[in-house]
Amino acid sequence: MSDVLHRVRMTVNARAATIAVEARRTLAEALREDLGLTGTHLGCEHGVCGACTVLMDGAPVRACLVLAVQAEGAAIRTVEGLAAPDGTLHPLQQAFADHHALQCGYCTPGFLMLAMAMLEENPAMEEAEMVERLSSNLCRCTGYAGILAAVRSVMRR
Amino acid sequence: MTGGTAFRDVPRLEDPPLLRGRARFVDDIRAAGGLHAAFLRSPFAHAAIRAIDASAARALPGVRLVLTAADLNPHLTETRLKVALPSPAFRQTLDRPVLASGEVVHVGEAVAIIVADDRYIAEDALSLIEVDYDPLDAVADCVAALADGAPTAHQGAPHNLVGDFTLGFGDPDAAFASAAVVVRETLSQHRGVAHSMECRGLVAIPDPIEDRLTVWSSTQTPHVARRMLCDILGLREDQVRVVTPDVGGGFGPKLVFYPEEAAVAAAARLLGRPVKWIEDRREHFIAATQERDQVWDVELAMDAEGRILGVRGEMIHDHGAWTARGLNVAYGAVSAMPLAYIVPAYRIRSRSAVTNKVPVTPIRGAGQPQGVFAMERLLDRAAQRLGLDRAEIRRRNLVPADRMPYATPLKTRGGMQVVLDSGDFPQCMAEALQRADWDGFRDRQEAARVQGRYLGIGVANYVEGTGRGPFEHVSVRLEPSGRIFVATGAAPMGQSTRTMLAQLVAEQLGGDMANVEVSAGDTATSPLGLGGFNSRQAVMAGTSAHVASIKVRDRVLQVAATLLEASEADLEIAGRAVRVTGTGMQVTLAEIARAAAGLPGFALPGGRAGIAAAEEVVIDPMTYANGSCVAEVEVDAGTGNIAITRLSFMHDCGRALHPRIVEGQVLGGIAHGIGNALFEWMGFDDQAQPVTTNLAEYLLMSATEMPHAISIGHLESPTPLNPLGIKGVGESGVIPVAAAIASAVEDALSPFDARMNRVPIAPHDVVAAMLGDAAR
Repeated sequence: MSDVLHRVRMTVNARAATIAVEARRTLAEALREDLGLTGTHLGCEHGVCGACTVLMDGAPVRACLVLAVQAEGAAIRTVEGLAAPDGTLHPLQQAFADHHALQCGYCTPGFLMLAMAMLEENPAMEEAEMVERLSSNLCRCTGYAGILAAVRSVMRR
Repeated sequence: MTGGTAFRDVPRLEDPPLLRGRARFVDDIRAAGGLHAAFLRSPFAHAAIRAIDASAARALPGVRLVLTAADLNPHLTETRLKVALPSPAFRQTLDRPVLASGEVVHVGEAVAIIVADDRYIAEDALSLIEVDYDPLDAVADCVAALADGAPTAHQGAPHNLVGDFTLGFGDPDAAFASAAVVVRETLSQHRGVAHSMECRGLVAIPDPIEDRLTVWSSTQTPHVARRMLCDILGLREDQVRVVTPDVGGGFGPKLVFYPEEAAVAAAARLLGRPVKWIEDRREHFIAATQERDQVWDVELAMDAEGRILGVRGEMIHDHGAWTARGLNVAYGAVSAMPLAYIVPAYRIRSRSAVTNKVPVTPIRGAGQPQGVFAMERLLDRAAQRLGLDRAEIRRRNLVPADRMPYATPLKTRGGMQVVLDSGDFPQCMAEALQRADWDGFRDRQEAARVQGRYLGIGVANYVEGTGRGPFEHVSVRLEPSGRIFVATGAAPMGQSTRTMLAQLVAEQLGGDMANVEVSAGDTATSPLGLGGFNSRQAVMAGTSAHVASIKVRDRVLQVAATLLEASEADLEIAGRAVRVTGTGMQVTLAEIARAAAGLPGFALPGGRAGIAAAEEVVIDPMTYANGSCVAEVEVDAGTGNIAITRLSFMHDCGRALHPRIVEGQVLGGIAHGIGNALFEWMGFDDQAQPVTTNLAEYLLMSATEMPHAISIGHLESPTPLNPLGIKGVGESGVIPVAAAIASAVEDALSPFDARMNRVPIAPHDVVAAMLGDAAR
């Protein structure tokens, strides 16, 4: 335990954010508790399920395994930043709805952010790599078929 | 004239907030001044508690409250959770305490609660509590638990037998005496963990001014939770509101009322401040209920033509350390075993054994996968002995369509006769076999064997009891805003319950689902409710919504007819208005509601006030869904890996209210079933210490394990038991999958004479079977 608070400056969904946190505070907690961005969900808190996936400088990270202080100077993107400013869903979000890629929806933000990173890295990703990448997150409701179909539908191949 | 919203793939109401990250799960609820709880849990499966010293924890800055059983119990009107479903088969009472005192009986049992300014501090304080434990012999295995001289899971208990019943009919001994073929096997299915992606959790918010308590809980049964909280805290129903926020999956364990819910609510009352507790994944592994450990020693008698004469045997069910629900899982398993087939004589004795493990309550399937596994494995063995095709032996025994409704000699746990209400089981299996190209498989198999590859195919049938009654509450109201409010005791946990209800209500009331607000799982908006379990909510809440909506519709038309000075027969509800067919005359739903709300001194249209109806349609008999699964696998001779190359699934849940949601439920169940068959292993050592307590050790299905070739087909045999003709579907997918996969693996390994009598089947099991290890 420590009473020392560390100032962390980052951008979150393209807006500057400054928070003061203990060294042990995770990025997930900082996003949820300090910034009120509760769209990032915690599923296992040991880096396996991927529900808390956010983008840090463009790369998908487990927000439960990243300390908030490690995000100093980073650009963080969360599910709240996916839709257009006028509220229009991102095509990926729309694809999730169209393909019934969510049931309870708890894992959905993590899958959306994981898939966003995939799309940005290689929008023509081959099927096998797409499935392999998506296997890094867990869903208990859907059996994955809808998630795969949704991501496949926005890939340009 | 209908709204065009039911029985079709409309957009889900649930999706937009979930996709935008604006949903509200229990951990997203922030109450002003809120504190955070953590639980000290037993590290021993069985130990006496000699002393607890919490002074250092209490002294830690930021800690607000530390309660052991001794501290907490004086504030409770009931210190144990009395939740057992009644059964004459109980042999001892095992109501679990809110907090353990004197003895702990499973790893993970709550010993103390700490409330602090944040969860970090609360967990810091956990390590400062000193408990003097005296370890005792632990009972780790349900079969050994019932052996003579076994140590008892509870000190002072006479034995480890908690439930003992025999389910049967006909004369099985005579059947076996006259049988041409008798096969006998010892079979087991393995304990697993539910693993909703959201763990359990609650926020208890006291209101000291009105002496009330609001509890937001990720529960499947809010009304039960309120009753329990009233009993335990000594409060009246009007003082306690339990409401479910968005729930991130349930799969069974969230239907149980837990010690944590009582302790957190009590702590919030004592502190006069909101307290939140969110289960972490490790806690889910050791404190959320689990299911499936059963060992069956069963035999099947057949005549020379492959017709079933009888089934008999014994089953031992792992009950865990406490009664957290009842003997229902064991009962469900034994009841499910014969259901798909004509079984003239049946007798299974089921004994439930107390072990020093997490209590067992239903997980998706609730015993039915085990019963189906037992029946299907025996049928495969009999087919082998008779030289019959495995599909053919089933064809000869499935309950035929022309016998529907088929009154079985079985009774439900409530004593009602089990009547299969509808369905065409042989047709269902035939279509699954066709999708799987069952008849062409032997050629595929032989071609592969020439190349040194091992393919196998297996089939399993199931019948699932759905729509557990007796009722679910739904009210439908039209308010002066013109909006339609629906409230239900049904509790969604991801099955699209709000969409389902809005579909049915809009179908009768204008077809605009956006005009329907659904409040589900809130004791403040529904006076009664049973909640979510047993594939019941579409059947029970859907029926009540349908009937209530028709009443509201009649009332809307009555008022509209008065306002429009028209005949009701000429009116139609379209969108948010009622119009006279073929004219431009109309009146809005808002105007209708305002007229029905009344004006002082003026007559009410139709002589009644308001536009509302509430229903608790009572349907006692369950409606039986059914299905057939064919799995095709390739077994890697080198690594023992099992790849599911093709999975064909036909099912029949009556009319599909929303085909895409139905398919999603089936797919999710299939994934769960594959996990049970191949991956999900909840390990305990010989002292009942869990050895798989994170998701890296306990393997859930991921996208790469899901077979690419899954073919799902639907038959629709409407049930006569409800006006919509619908049956439940939430658990269907999971039920036959492990049986079909075990059958397929056994078929692939037939050159080695392997027997797959146990799941999960791990690669090392396959390799052992190929090496001729007789251990299996």
